[in-house]
Amino acid sequence: MTAVLFGCAATLSPTPAAAEDAASGPLKVAFVYVGPVGDHGWSYQHDLGRRAVEERFGGKVVTTMVENVSEGADAERVIEELAEAGNKLIFTTSFGFMNPTIKVAARHPEVMFEHATGYKRSPNVATYSARFYEGRTVVGLIAGKMTKSNIIGYIGSHPIPEVISGINAFTLALRKVNPKAEVRVVWVNAWYDPGKEAAAAKALLDQGADVICQHTDSPAPVQAAAERGAWSVGQSSDMTRFGPNSQLTSIVDEWDVYYISRVQAVLSGTWKPTDTWGGLKDKMLYLAPYNPALPKDVLELAEKARVDIMDGTLNPFAGPIIGQDGKEILPAGKTLSDADILRMNYYVEGVQGKLPR
Amino acid sequence: MAMAWIAPVLAVGLTLGASLALFAGLGFPPLAAIHAYFVQPISSLRGLAELGVKATPLALCALGLGIGFRANVWNIGAEGQLTMGALAGGGVALACHGSGGWWLLPAMLAAGIAGGMAWAAIPAFLRNRYHTSEILTSLMLTYVAALFHAWLIHGPLRDPDGMGFPESRLFEPDALLPMLLPGTRLHIGALFVVVAMAAAWLLLARSFLGFQLKVAGLAPQAAALAGFDRHRLVWFSLLVSGGLAGLAGVVEVAGPIGQLSTTISPGYGFTAIIVAFLGRLHPIGMVLAALVMALSYLGGEAAQIALGLPQAVTGVFQGMLLFFLLASDVLVHYRVRRATPPLPG
Repeated sequence: MTAVLFGCAATLSPTPAAAEDAASGPLKVAFVYVGPVGDHGWSYQHDLGRRAVEERFGGKVVTTMVENVSEGADAERVIEELAEAGNKLIFTTSFGFMNPTIKVAARHPEVMFEHATGYKRSPNVATYSARFYEGRTVVGLIAGKMTKSNIIGYIGSHPIPEVISGINAFTLALRKVNPKAEVRVVWVNAWYDPGKEAAAAKALLDQGADVICQHTDSPAPVQAAAERGAWSVGQSSDMTRFGPNSQLTSIVDEWDVYYISRVQAVLSGTWKPTDTWGGLKDKMLYLAPYNPALPKDVLELAEKARVDIMDGTLNPFAGPIIGQDGKEILPAGKTLSDADILRMNYYVEGVQGKLPR
Repeated sequence: MAMAWIAPVLAVGLTLGASLALFAGLGFPPLAAIHAYFVQPISSLRGLAELGVKATPLALCALGLGIGFRANVWNIGAEGQLTMGALAGGGVALACHGSGGWWLLPAMLAAGIAGGMAWAAIPAFLRNRYHTSEILTSLMLTYVAALFHAWLIHGPLRDPDGMGFPESRLFEPDALLPMLLPGTRLHIGALFVVVAMAAAWLLLARSFLGFQLKVAGLAPQAAALAGFDRHRLVWFSLLVSGGLAGLAGVVEVAGPIGQLSTTISPGYGFTAIIVAFLGRLHPIGMVLAALVMALSYLGGEAAQIALGLPQAVTGVFQGMLLFFLLASDVLVHYRVRRATPPLPG
C-alpha cells in the first residue's frame, strides 16, 4: 500500500526532477516549524539553521520548510507529506510534533527524522535540544545586578521541564548576587502569541517588575519592556532591534552547527538516532552582544560565568538548592544530574506563585 | 434562488483568477502554484483521505452553527464547545485506561456530545433567562474552555510517564476511531458528517421544527405571533450546535490525534463560521464549503512543500475567498445605480 502511494505521489509531483532526486540527485532535507518563520524567535532561528545547511552544501542538498504547523492533527499530515515527497532527513522542531514524528517514522523506515526537545527515539528518530538553562544562569546574574525594584517578571510558555529548569537556573543565579530579588512568573500557555505575551509583560511591569524575561518566541515582551523603559532579556534570537535600549542580552539558539553535522552524517552514511543535548560549549546557544549600558563589573561577572560554564567549572545546578517551601532539594557540593534537570517539576526559593500542575 | 448559488461559484472563480495574479506577482509560476494548491493535495488516495480528515471537524461544527444561524441564534463559541467535547470524551478514554472494551468508544462519543452541549447550554440559559447576548457569552466561554483544557493537561490528565510535558497518555486502541480506508487516516468521523448532513437537511426542509427555526430567523415577529416558543428554539439551536461541536472535538482526539495534547483544534470552531456562510447555511452547501476550506489548508501546505510558497498565502487566499463571496453576494442581491440624491427639505 505504502509503495503504491509513494509511486503515485512521485509521478504526480509537479517538478519532473523530483522522481530522479529520490534516486541519485541532491539529498532532500525538510524542516517543520511550529511558528511562522517571521516570529523572530524560535522558528526563525531554526530557519537560519536551514539556510546555513543550504549555504554549506550548495547543490548537494535541497531543503524544504513548512511553517506555522499546528501541533494537533495537522502535524502528522505535514510530516507524512514531506516523507512522501522524497525527503530523506526531516527535522520536526517543536515538542508537540513528537508523537506525529514517531508515527510517521514507523511507516517510513527509509527516512531519518530529528525531533527537537522531545524524549522519544526510535531506530530512525533522533532527538536534540540545547541546554537553554546555561544561558539563564548568565542572564540571572546580570538581572540581579541591574534590577532596582528587586522584582523580575518572567513570561513562561508551557510549564514543562525545559522552561522550569530555565526559571530555576535564572533564579538561583539571580539570588546569588541579589538575595532580595524575586521572580514572578506568568504562563501564557503558548509558544508564540504576541498578544498574550505583550499582555503578560505589561501585567508584570504593572506589578513593579523592572526586568522582563521570557521563554516564549515573539519579541513582544521586549517591545513592551522597551516602551516602559524597563530591561528585558530576549529569547531564541537576538531581539535587539525590538528594544535597543531595553534588551540586556538574549539567549540565542544556534542550530547551524548541529544541522550541518547531521546532514553531513546522512551524506556520509554515518547517521545514528542519537540524543543530543548541547550547551554553550557546543555552540548550540550563545549570548547576544551585551547592552552597552551594562556597567563594567556586571559585564565581567557575566563573561566569567559564561566562560566558567563552558569549561565546566560552574554548574548552573550546583547545591545548595532550596525549594520554595524552604526545604533543601540538593545539599552543597552536589550537582543535579541531567535526568533530574529533564524531569524538573518544582520551583526553587525566590520564585513567587505556585507551579501549575 | 439560482443567483444565490451562483455567488459562491463566482467567488471561487474570482479567487482563482486573483490567486493567479498573486502567484505571478510573487514570482512563482502561477499554473504550477494553482496545481500545487488545488490539484496535488487530492491527486492521491491518501490526499483525498486527508481532505476528509481535515473537513470533518469543520463540517460537523458548521452544520450545527448553520441551524442556529437560520434561527438568528448566534453561537460564536463552537471552538470552546469543541474543546469541552474533546476533554469530556478524552477524559472518559483516560479514566478507563487499561480497562476498555467495545463500549468505550460509544461512551466517549456520548461524553463528547454531552460536553459540547453542556458548554452551549450556558449561553442558552443566559439568553433565555437574562436576555444576555449569546454572541458574547459563547465567545467568552471559549477562553474559559481553553484555560480548563490547559489546566487538565498540565495537571490531572497529564501523562504520568511524560517527563512533565503537558499532554495525556496515548489512547488505547479501544478508544480510537476505526479507520474507513486502511493505510490512511480517514476515520468513521467522516460518516458522522454524512449522517449529520442528512439529519440537518431533514430538519430544515421537512420538519415543523425546522420551519419554526427558519421563521424565527426571517421574521421574528411573525414567529412570535404564530406562537412559536422562542425559548425552545434557542435551547434547541444551541444544544444541537454545541453537541455537534463537541462531537467534532471527540472525533479529533479519538481520530487523528489519539491523545489530549496542547493543541486540539487550530481554530476549527471559528473557521466553521466562515464555512457555514460559504455554504449558504444549507446542509449540503456547508459540507461542500468545508471541503473547499479544507482543500485550501492542504493546498497551502502542498504549495509550501512543492514551491516554497509562504504560508501567509493560505491566509490571503482564504481572505480573498470570503471577500469575493461577500462582494458577489452584494452584487447579486443589489443593483448598482447612479442616482441623484433627493433634494433636501
